[in-house]
Amino acid sequence: MIDTKTSPLNRAAEAVARSTPSRLVKRVTGLSDRMVAWLFIGPTMVLLLAINIFPLFWAIGLSFTNYRANRPNEPVESVGLRNYERILTDPDIWIAMQTTANFVFWTILLQTVIGFGLAYLIDRKFRGHAFWTTIILVPMMLSPAVVGNFWRFLYEPQIGLFAYAVSFVSGIPPTEIEMLSNVSLAPWSIIIVDTWMWSPYVMLICLAGLRSIPDYIYEAAEVDRASPIRQFLSITLPMALPFIMLAILFRGIENFKMFDMVNLLTGGGPGSTTEVASITLKREAFEKWRTGYSSAFAIILFVAVFGLANIYVKALNRVKQR
Amino acid sequence: MKAWPKILRRGPMEWTAIALIGLGFLMLFQPFVLELYSYSFITMLIGTVMFIVVSKFPE
Repeated sequence: MIDTKTSPLNRAAEAVARSTPSRLVKRVTGLSDRMVAWLFIGPTMVLLLAINIFPLFWAIGLSFTNYRANRPNEPVESVGLRNYERILTDPDIWIAMQTTANFVFWTILLQTVIGFGLAYLIDRKFRGHAFWTTIILVPMMLSPAVVGNFWRFLYEPQIGLFAYAVSFVSGIPPTEIEMLSNVSLAPWSIIIVDTWMWSPYVMLICLAGLRSIPDYIYEAAEVDRASPIRQFLSITLPMALPFIMLAILFRGIENFKMFDMVNLLTGGGPGSTTEVASITLKREAFEKWRTGYSSAFAIILFVAVFGLANIYVKALNRVKQR
Repeated sequence: MKAWPKILRRGPMEWTAIALIGLGFLMLFQPFVLELYSYSFITMLIGTVMFIVVSKFPE
């Protein structure tokens, strides 16, 4: 048993208490539990307010002006809701939204199917399943900047491994497989990389769902002579569905904000075929320097993500109640 | 204290707000009608504000 009076941690605590100035001791000893709790979370709250909440309100304020960050000395005029009106009637922004929707739809579909499939396989608990789980999780642990850069090399038509692998299977010469510069292939190049990177994440959530299904339900189904397909459709899928929904929502929110991978792989090109909303936003804010306009655009995207996040929290609470 | 009106219970109100957010999201991304895209933001905003308010309502 550990002697708490003479343990090193206790001795260190006593040393700290002895070295605390008596004036500070007198102040702290009278504090309630609630006050101590506030003392601990206070610095985090202040940082959160300074880094997240203040810029948000500042951006809301800017979205009603014609402010340009590259001309700070020019007078700032209020334009009311004109920025919002322009964005919501601009066909180019509308197309960027559709590109985003296309990207979000295909990545979520592929990630859900592959992620759930992997979770179903890993849940079989075959020999070495822990090792394979770790291997599958590796892409998720890499930085998007690293992933973007090495997939750029993999996609190279002259030296890239991807082009050679596709060429080996399809017979098309590798120099003709230009994933990043072909108009019809460029969106798929991003979808493939995002699916490769984030399917393990969906797998993790689905695996948690599959492991939460009690064995006795399957045993009862076996007694009733239910076929494996019937067990999958009537037990596995319905009971794992809240977890799948959670994964879909979470990936939806993340992919809606997707910037780094697209910027590294295609930069929105060729032309504007892969120009998702966040790339358009960056161009408006830091290439055209329309700060007020881009603030309004950012607020529109924020409301969309915030709305989805609300649904996400609601779904999370439902999963918790199970 | 007066009983909370049945129609204003949290559950159904939250689902209405979620439906509005979902509808706004579909309007934002659909490729068919520009008018629907134009009204998507206000639909999502109403849904989101409604969700924040009604989540404080009693069950």
